Amino acid sequence: MSYKANFRIWRGEGGEGKLEDFVVEVNEGEVVLDVIHRLQATQTPDLAVRWNCKAGKCGSCSMEINGRPKLGCMTRMSTFTEDETITVTPMRAFPVIKDLVTDVSFNYQKAREIPSFTPPDNVQPGEYRMQQIDVERSQEFRKCIECFMCNNVCHVIRDHEENKAAFAGPRFLMRIAELDMHPYDVADRKDSAQEEHGLGYCNIPKCCTEVCPEHIKITDNALIPMKERVVDRKYDPLVWLGNKIFKRSSSTGSKTG
Amino acid sequence: MEIERHEYDVVVIGAGGAGLRAAIEARQQGKRTAIVCKSLFGKAHTVMAEGGAAAAMGNVNSADNWMVHFRDTIRGGKFLNNWRMAELHAKEAPDRVWELEAWGALFDRTKDGKISQRNFGGHEYPRLAHVGDRTGLELIRTLQQRVVALQQEDEKLHGDAEAYIRVFAECTITELLKEGSAEDSPISGAFGYWRETGRLVCFDAPAVVLATGGIGKSYTVTSNSWEYTGDGHALALLAGAKLINMEFIQFHPTGMVWPPSVRGILVTESVRGDGGVLRNSEGKRFMFDYIPEVFKDKYATTEEEGDRWYNDQANNRRPPELLPRDEVARAINSEVKAGRDSPHGGVFLDVSTRLPAAEIVKRLPSMHHQFKELADVDITAEPMEVGPTCHYVMGGVEVDADTGASSVPGLFAAGEVSGGMHGSNRLGGNSLSDLLVFGRRAGAGAAEYIDGLAARPVTAEETLKNAEIEAMAPLARTGGENPYEVHHELQRTMNELVGIIRKPEEVKEALEVVEKLKERAANAGAPGGRIYNPGWHLAIDLRNMLLVSECVARAALIREESRGGHTRDDFPGMSAEWRRKLLRCGVTPDGEVVVEEKQQPPMRDDLIKLFDRAELSKYVTADELADFDALVKES
Repeated sequence: MSYKANFRIWRGEGGEGKLEDFVVEVNEGEVVLDVIHRLQATQTPDLAVRWNCKAGKCGSCSMEINGRPKLGCMTRMSTFTEDETITVTPMRAFPVIKDLVTDVSFNYQKAREIPSFTPPDNVQPGEYRMQQIDVERSQEFRKCIECFMCNNVCHVIRDHEENKAAFAGPRFLMRIAELDMHPYDVADRKDSAQEEHGLGYCNIPKCCTEVCPEHIKITDNALIPMKERVVDRKYDPLVWLGNKIFKRSSSTGSKTG
Repeated sequence: MEIERHEYDVVVIGAGGAGLRAAIEARQQGKRTAIVCKSLFGKAHTVMAEGGAAAAMGNVNSADNWMVHFRDTIRGGKFLNNWRMAELHAKEAPDRVWELEAWGALFDRTKDGKISQRNFGGHEYPRLAHVGDRTGLELIRTLQQRVVALQQEDEKLHGDAEAYIRVFAECTITELLKEGSAEDSPISGAFGYWRETGRLVCFDAPAVVLATGGIGKSYTVTSNSWEYTGDGHALALLAGAKLINMEFIQFHPTGMVWPPSVRGILVTESVRGDGGVLRNSEGKRFMFDYIPEVFKDKYATTEEEGDRWYNDQANNRRPPELLPRDEVARAINSEVKAGRDSPHGGVFLDVSTRLPAAEIVKRLPSMHHQFKELADVDITAEPMEVGPTCHYVMGGVEVDADTGASSVPGLFAAGEVSGGMHGSNRLGGNSLSDLLVFGRRAGAGAAEYIDGLAARPVTAEETLKNAEIEAMAPLARTGGENPYEVHHELQRTMNELVGIIRKPEEVKEALEVVEKLKERAANAGAPGGRIYNPGWHLAIDLRNMLLVSECVARAALIREESRGGHTRDDFPGMSAEWRRKLLRCGVTPDGEVVVEEKQQPPMRDDLIKLFDRAELSKYVTADELADFDALVKES
């Protein structure tokens, strides 16, 4: 059942590198990560790849296989023909550390910029009461394994380094939606989603949804509803009036002050 | 080479559930805390936990309480547990779960809006707080986000998010540092390297909390991730601390058996908790043949009664598929050995004929996904093939139950790396709650220890120098042993010779192999540079895996009985005499593993009275039973 497969893997560090060709044994039922491990054990002991659970649950082994963002541990070799050359490259949106390992610190930085869960002051641990139907929306987003492939594929930052500062990426815009839909979260997240985290950059091409290994409907269930919430706020006549009055009084205040 | 230096109050090694909970506690008590972990933040093995966190909240069955949970835990561990740990665990688990909810966790709900709880092996009532079958992910994400919340707080207060708690991700600790070389010299820090750059790093800190998880990567068939190389176990030993219960390893009964590349990946016990049944190649629900004497009155003897139990637990006994894990693993092992195995050498686990397809997808989404993607099996339409897989080590650092302190001043341990809590066998669901309860306690223990210190212990420069030489050695060796080959041979050896059923001659053989592998590991070489070099990383990890494997094998050879995660072919029964004894491993200054027997302290009066005489009589000696009778008479 085993055969020799042709692999072309990006190797390099410090901003330089190239695709290198390998011929490597493949056995029945294996995934791309198994083959990379075999390369490490038999041909290239220092080939760098990030991985952890090897069961699609931790989101460590994100890579681009034949140009598509995939988890190495969930990409079965049986999805390729035996004579096909399989090209494996690191995620493109993040700087390469070495070989298939990228610097994903952008994501951890963005995570820290989103204000945390903010429950009301008067609810003690153990007193929370929520209906299943009310937690299910946010639960879908909490299935996220933080593989960061949605951020990697998103055109706003994939080829536009300059947008990174102003754009949290689908992963963390979805985090905002998750908190906004949490039955007990009292923070106001709508203005900041638009103004600080770049929700407006998203023109819903759904690439993020397409690559999500957890099949989370990021665009339809998180980003679009969040956009609607922002819009409701912006164009609701009552809210508009309230803002006008508030703004006038505060600007008057600053003048007299 | 220049060594990067950092000064902290507490260094937590490991960023799974126990490590993060310990770090959060230390920071909340005002200590400057470093979290050092081998993977990226949020990837630790805790994400793999599926079923849930056991906590007697009584949300689904109000008859549940800490005493029932305590009894279940002790029974599951075959009365070898550290009873004080089991007590603290049962009492505090609900608070720890509720606290997660206040930090943003979203558990599945009951109809009246409380946290839902599910059935699991060995638990008398529905007790596991869960989120579908991805509870571990929820737990780690919540703790990760709690760390971020604290950093945001520090940013506001001090203008620096990392002023009081900082994560050092992809950083491996290779040595614990002490002020002197005596066994009881205090901890002064930890030494390691950044995986990304290969730069060396030293943390100066008076307290270290080990939260490094388990040792499964010493086995071929395992549910554990690459990180599980027994680092904390080995670091503790080398620092002078002791390990207990190392002979007890839990083989989870249901791991995937096919395809070969995913052999060992976990199939959650929730499949059985939610109605799934085990069948052999003859279609028989074989677990009814394997109910052990000590559990005879608690499990259904007919399929009809077992099936009724799912809807009416008050009037029926639970099905034997829900026996503790050690029993089910041994039963599957016997069926396979008797030739009644499935096509790929396991048994059938079937939920497809037990629940409607939509319900299966809703309750077991990750299992549905996992089998579809990795094995082309639709679990709503056909049975899974499963077999035992190395899952959890009950043994670990001997600690004080209340504080997590080891015998080395300043060294603490929590979670899987610590020993005692689960006795000879852990119940499913008791791990996530263990991480939270004892993670918090170890963090608090470390903070309290620091408050009592007159001065910070100082590391001798020479110690640092030696740590550097050892870490860098594999890179300098040209033409050394291939570390991957040494690792594979160790895995095969442990899997075949120190597995579920132990034979003394095989264990002795394993010890001989380990001895040879030690020499080869000492000569392991790693071509390539310092930047993200997995061959180098593995060459360093080998020391830990070999040391821990030796402890497992030595203890397994000494314990002449079968109990929980230790089954001796030549001593198939449980022994009341052995129940009173713990095996305690240490390492001499020249690296020799030494195992000694230690008496288990007797259970406190009010706790032992939670059991009835008939049950106790199955476990304890005649003398102990007489003491119990006197105690009951007295009150």
